[in-house]
Amino acid sequence: MLKELLSGVVAVEKDKEKIKNKLMNDLANLLGNKLLEVLEKHGEFEIVLEDAVIEVDELRILIQPSLLRRMVEVPAVEEAVGMAVTELIETKFAEPEMKWDGKIVEVNMGATPSEGGTRDRSFTIGGETMPPIYRLLGVEEAMPHRPVIAMDVFDMRIPLPKSIKLHFDEVMDDPAEWAKRCVNKYHAEMINLHLISTDPYIKDTPANEAIKVVEDVMQAVKVPITVGGSGNPEKDQELFIKISDIVDGEKVLLNSLNLDMKLEDIAEYIRNKDCIVIAFTPMDLDKARELNRKLFDYLPRERIIMDTNTAGIGYGLDYGFSVMERARLAALMGDKELQQPIAAGVTNAWAAREAWLKMDVFWGPREIRGPLWETSTALINLLAGADYFMMMHPFSIETLNKIIDYLMRFSPPDPGAIMDWVGSELG
Amino acid sequence: MPWKAISPIEVYKILPRTNCKECGEENCMAFAVKLVNMETKIEKCTPIIKEDKYKKALEKLTELLSPQVREIEIRSPKKTIKIGGEYVMHRHELTYINPAPIAIDIDDNMSKDEIVKRIDFVEHFEYEYIGRKLNLDLLAIRSVSNDPNKFKEVVKFVSENTSLPLILCTFNPKVMEAGLSVLPDSRPLLYAATKDNWREMGELALKNDLPIVVYSPGDIDTLMTLANTLSKAGISDIALDPGTFVGPNGLRYTLSTFTMLRWKACNEDDKLAGYPLIGTPITAWKMIEGEKDQKMWWETLMAVMLLTRYSNLLIMHSLEGWSYLPVVMWRFNLYTDPRRPVAVDPGVRTIGDPKEDSPVMVTGNYALTYSLVGMDIQSGKVDCYLVITDTEGIAVECAVPGRKFLPEGIAEVLKTSKLDEKVKHRYLIIPGKAARLSGDIEDVTGWKVIVGPQDSKDIPKFVSEKWDPKKLSEIYGN
Repeated sequence: MLKELLSGVVAVEKDKEKIKNKLMNDLANLLGNKLLEVLEKHGEFEIVLEDAVIEVDELRILIQPSLLRRMVEVPAVEEAVGMAVTELIETKFAEPEMKWDGKIVEVNMGATPSEGGTRDRSFTIGGETMPPIYRLLGVEEAMPHRPVIAMDVFDMRIPLPKSIKLHFDEVMDDPAEWAKRCVNKYHAEMINLHLISTDPYIKDTPANEAIKVVEDVMQAVKVPITVGGSGNPEKDQELFIKISDIVDGEKVLLNSLNLDMKLEDIAEYIRNKDCIVIAFTPMDLDKARELNRKLFDYLPRERIIMDTNTAGIGYGLDYGFSVMERARLAALMGDKELQQPIAAGVTNAWAAREAWLKMDVFWGPREIRGPLWETSTALINLLAGADYFMMMHPFSIETLNKIIDYLMRFSPPDPGAIMDWVGSELG
Repeated sequence: MPWKAISPIEVYKILPRTNCKECGEENCMAFAVKLVNMETKIEKCTPIIKEDKYKKALEKLTELLSPQVREIEIRSPKKTIKIGGEYVMHRHELTYINPAPIAIDIDDNMSKDEIVKRIDFVEHFEYEYIGRKLNLDLLAIRSVSNDPNKFKEVVKFVSENTSLPLILCTFNPKVMEAGLSVLPDSRPLLYAATKDNWREMGELALKNDLPIVVYSPGDIDTLMTLANTLSKAGISDIALDPGTFVGPNGLRYTLSTFTMLRWKACNEDDKLAGYPLIGTPITAWKMIEGEKDQKMWWETLMAVMLLTRYSNLLIMHSLEGWSYLPVVMWRFNLYTDPRRPVAVDPGVRTIGDPKEDSPVMVTGNYALTYSLVGMDIQSGKVDCYLVITDTEGIAVECAVPGRKFLPEGIAEVLKTSKLDEKVKHRYLIIPGKAARLSGDIEDVTGWKVIVGPQDSKDIPKFVSEKWDPKKLSEIYGN
């Protein structure tokens, strides 16, 4: 009989509707309202089965359909049949016990007059003792200092995606004005100046001339500055030495030192200056360690930030993300060679065609895709542990700043705000 | 404990060791190696699955190889989607397994036209990326009317018009039951059991053997309570939604909760945390004020963050292609096996019908670089030889500063391919991004270098304007 019931359940599953319509008729005809009352009161399978034992032939035919229906229609009966558990089993979520032995080095960027420089603000990054967002409550250990965003400025007019160019077109021939626009209009926290015209294959601007641009920019804006070269190792070395002379006291960032340079020259030269170096390696942890090791011979750790290299979504971010995440986890587990704060060149996101190419109308305007690409790429880097961001589009920077705000302080969620999203008209 | 590589020997010892080759491998040891690398499934071993005497062995092996996050199937009659099934917290520890599917919602107050439009959007969404097609995955039907009959009608209509798997979303068990009644041959995901409806919803899941989400926004203790209760009641396929909060109040809570749940699953072997996590960026449409674009912008960013931080399924609302483009591309990247670079083999590719005076161009062997450059050359109908140099699967802009775009590598390909016998000239067009290596490349290869455009989309224009071997030899000699 039980077997029949179960096969009956399947039948009901398939044909619930039909049976439902027949419900009242069936009951009235077969059992009568009284029996229904009894069933509703007790709702127990066993009781009915016991009855069935007594009058097996009749009841087998009579009761079965109604029983099935009760299983479908009345929750009280269902519980007795199916769910073995009738009350909630109170369970607490225990926040994980985590042990992290390492701490990221704290690096100060920029110097105010009281710190011996001329900047109107300075920043500290690093200091983490666990990966970002690793605490439900309390933010201090997971994000002790606010990540900082620097805006890119170039020392010559370069081809830029339209959606960026429209913000800077009139100032692109004057780096000082460009920097001013970043600070005054777009509230840049720092300026990331690139002296790319010094590239021997571009304009080969002499180092002596290029450093005047650095002076101009430092005059024009009072935020801390990062100065980058062209990526040509010999030329950058010459350039950085000259820059370190004129910006001493300002805690300027040099972008970047790498394994192709004669570190025994450049790192030795700036040993007694106060500039910070960004140590660049191409998505390779062993090289990142090697470069840091070499730099430790010349510079205190408080003057080294590392750039493990990043790329835009779809263009190698999987490598960049994993290398950064591995670096940060290793550092927090105690690897002293990787405990430097991390810089992320999120501007690389613009190398993705999806960020700037005019595509089929289905994919929407590039004016949205571009900043969306840069912001998304930045967020992924933020979650991997980046402390210092180099970026371009004002809207991407504004959004990232908002999200950093949201992550830096714990504000309890309001369940009511989303509880009923399932039943809401969303437009 | 964190996931640790299982020894193939350990697995081999449990396998039947018959070397029957039915799994397609040469022997049981080779199969064991693939098993521990998550490159094949136990189901491929016919003896262990079919023969009773291996029952114990199968149980043992299943336990040994079981993921830290439970794998759950959502099915339509024609399509199956798996969520969860993950072994590690960070992809570099092994690889992620099941790319988080993306669902787009339909609500039961929508007109049929609107519903058809949304089905079409999901079914026709396709973006080609390094030779793969990136798609959206399933539909989430929400009951806004709270009317069982209306919901049932819409579920029926949708199921008749698509073969995609479904998520049924309502907190009303009666409505859920009505929706289920028209999906006899499917395995939809039930969204969701809450502290108020868990008995009835749990019963539906149990009776019909369906996967069910437990939902407790902002209250993780209740989330665990619900998961524990339903699992004790005999439901095995459970997923967790701790609430997706967008904006100042709760973004932090959401990201921490997802992260901590996954931590406990992967590092503390916590079974209750070891269920797939459900992210609902769709809540941006409730939490973000302002224009539609603003809501979509935040919805996408939320999806990107949740994807990065352990969400195993995403439910979204936007109907704009741009909302999903970074999400599907990032998903592809994130779930790419980090043990294998996405690279193509170095060598020379013939594009079109090159002659002895056709251009020779150089690029790196990152799969994406190769596919973009190839596409651009083809669409510009340029006949040429394309030299792929080994950049270790890194894009040109990173390979150049990273010393992976090496003149020696180019010389090697030129030599082994005997390209000097196929073309009369000795000119190489190199990527604009590799301009600074011109001198080195000339020295090492002995070919003259012409610096090409910054982006390969400009190759056709560049070739038509600049490529003229005769004129070039007048300028450079040769």
